[in-house]
Amino acid sequence: MRLTYLLKRLAVMIPVFFFVVTLVFFMIRFAPGGPFSSEKSVSPAILKNLEMKYHMDEPLVRQYLRYLKDLLKGDLGPSFKHANRTVNEIIAEALPVSVELGLLALMWALVIGITSGGLAALKPNSPFDYIPMTFSLLGICFPTFVVGPILVLIFGVWLEWLPVAGWDTWADRVLPSLTLGFAYAAYISRLTRGGLMEMRVQDFIRTARAKGLTETQILTQHALKGGLLPVISYLGPALAGIITGALVTETIFNIPGLGRFFIESAVNRDYTVVMGTALLFFAHLCL
Amino acid sequence: MTRNRWFISFFVLWNLVAPGHCVHAAVSQVLHLGNGTEPKDLDPQTVTGVPETKIIQSLFEGLVDKDPKSLEPRPGVAESWKVSKDGKVYTFKLRRNAKWSNGDPVTAADFIFSWKRLLDPKTASEYAYQGYYFRGGKNFNTGKTDGSQLGIKSTDPYTLEVTLENPTPYFLSLLYHHSLYPVHQQTVEKYQMRWTRPEHIVSNGAFLLKKWQMNKVIIVERNPTYWDAVNVKLDSVHFHAIEKAETEEKLFQVKKLHATATVPTEKIASWTQNASGVLKRHPYLGTYYYWINVNRPPLNKPQVRKALALAIDREKLVKFVVKGGQAPAESFTPPGTGGFQPQAKLPRDLSRLNEAQALLAQAGFPKGKGFPTIEILYNTSEGHKKIAEAIQQMWSEHLGVKASLYNQEWKVFLDTQHSKNYMISRAGWIADYNDPHTFLELLTTGNGNNHSSWSNLNYDGVLEQVQKEISSKKRLELFQKAEDILLEELPVIPLYIYTRLYLLSPQVQGWYDNVEDIHPLKWVWIQ
Repeated sequence: MRLTYLLKRLAVMIPVFFFVVTLVFFMIRFAPGGPFSSEKSVSPAILKNLEMKYHMDEPLVRQYLRYLKDLLKGDLGPSFKHANRTVNEIIAEALPVSVELGLLALMWALVIGITSGGLAALKPNSPFDYIPMTFSLLGICFPTFVVGPILVLIFGVWLEWLPVAGWDTWADRVLPSLTLGFAYAAYISRLTRGGLMEMRVQDFIRTARAKGLTETQILTQHALKGGLLPVISYLGPALAGIITGALVTETIFNIPGLGRFFIESAVNRDYTVVMGTALLFFAHLCL
Repeated sequence: MTRNRWFISFFVLWNLVAPGHCVHAAVSQVLHLGNGTEPKDLDPQTVTGVPETKIIQSLFEGLVDKDPKSLEPRPGVAESWKVSKDGKVYTFKLRRNAKWSNGDPVTAADFIFSWKRLLDPKTASEYAYQGYYFRGGKNFNTGKTDGSQLGIKSTDPYTLEVTLENPTPYFLSLLYHHSLYPVHQQTVEKYQMRWTRPEHIVSNGAFLLKKWQMNKVIIVERNPTYWDAVNVKLDSVHFHAIEKAETEEKLFQVKKLHATATVPTEKIASWTQNASGVLKRHPYLGTYYYWINVNRPPLNKPQVRKALALAIDREKLVKFVVKGGQAPAESFTPPGTGGFQPQAKLPRDLSRLNEAQALLAQAGFPKGKGFPTIEILYNTSEGHKKIAEAIQQMWSEHLGVKASLYNQEWKVFLDTQHSKNYMISRAGWIADYNDPHTFLELLTTGNGNNHSSWSNLNYDGVLEQVQKEISSKKRLELFQKAEDILLEELPVIPLYIYTRLYLLSPQVQGWYDNVEDIHPLKWVWIQ
């Protein structure tokens, strides 16, 4: 049963994947400018030679087929901008950083989100509810480019407790993962509260209460299981976004992750890196 | 007791992990520099950016080096040189103790290989024109001849004879440009595109490439095989790739960096007040200006262009909008470029507003009546937007001329500029070498970077004459003549002269401010 389900999903994914490859490939090619346009204009002769070097002098369809062929072999091609690296190497170097940052951020998000959401659900319409929910509203409203620098200013510059940027020691991990996790914590906290509140009026909870269990026991032993379902279904897309979409956090803290390539490659028209990062994002989303 | 012990262990742990404490422990000769964006590559012949240049200057050495203070050429790989009377033939004597990092000697053949590589159409170097000074350089690069016709030869492994197309008084300082540095033939041929990776690279400069982590750091270490290694004081230099100016500034604040690449605009004021003197500010060889598409009416009329240029209060612009202590541009070439002090032909303020209004009336648009709306294009950025808005307001207020603004993403912007599909467009030019020629040749007919469509044979003639002139006095006169034509015709509206702004720790010694922003790390140390 499970195997057929998996196979079915895979069978659906292949044409979608093919569609995404095609779409991204042609979309980026039709954007004005190219990888070799620069402020100092390049003479037509030099441009021709550059294009030859990257097979860009061939008809577009031929380039597309060449790309597909290489892709099937797992080769994402050379980067246009970073001349001495392949896209595979760039991803191999940046992805682990992004995954680590993403998982840490998710951990913060879950810890903060579920705790505060749980507290709020336990004592609804009390300060335990209002305070975390106000914070979570702030978390949703405040973008990372505001939260990040504020945290840096407080803990990095004034108190000097934590590094202001970098990615070497464990201490370097704290502020960026907290910044990135903060926005997600806000959502999770609201989802947790909502889910638990819904559980509170269910029949089996009333039974548990009738049996004489305390509110805390009810929450942790009965309500949490069902109440966290919305949180769990939210985690999938959140993880894909958190890993490839951490651009802002990565720039604020100067972290060598993937999010920066995701955006920079589009700006630089680094075609192969655009393709590589987009496909990676798509793969995350599917899994 | 327990509490105390807890506190001590916390304190010890603190010192182990806390940031900033590592840099100023003892006087370690490890220099940490903010270096802007991630370098594309470290290949001297193919890169074009500033972050790349800074690193390459520490890894490779050309024929001549530069004095860190005066920027005068001084011996590098060449220990001496002779120039022929007509200024066209240079003979370099190479030092015998110059070595590649793998132990091979650096010879004349290395330079011949590298310069041919720069010009070879197959290399597709964007800086190939730096080799057009060699006789036959342009023809080789454009595929008209093969490399055998080049004016470069060696009579023995340590003698290099270079014949130039024209006498070029700034040729020696040109040799400091990275595109003319030598590269190691076997390494380049063996590893192709990947030869600049730390595991393959062979170089000849004061430092060696040790580590390259993308978007993070490039570490270079002192090169023991360098001929002048005894005079190199730094053990290693960390070039940190930091995109965001705010992040860089904070790292400087907590002493993780000795120098930054830039300063966030909104922080300039507070650093100026800071008494420690870490804010460095000096003029830089670059001009911020607007291109005018002279084919588009009404901008095809010189009176209109002049009226627009005179109705800008440049002093106000730099003081209240740009805010980095920049100088109002009174000429196109920044004053001091290659010893040239251009006459001030443009007003700093509105002192010639009457003239501007009269010119506009003369062109048939008294008080701006009947003047069509003109469009100002800029690449998407808050800074460019503010400047364009200020100018829009000045034109409307002083001339009654309406301008609309529109912005484009960088590559789209380049495309538009290149296809000359605009009316007025924002631009900036930074000198490639310290000579007015680098600015004034931009406006010559057919120059690939001349986006104004302006063509003036008189002007072209003056610049051609400059190329053949040996006397430096006459050259300066010719440059002034070119400036005069340019600022009468105004296919460009110069706005301000760039200023270089950065933060430098007082610990750093042997580092001098200069208009080219060159700080050879060979001479730098930490106190």
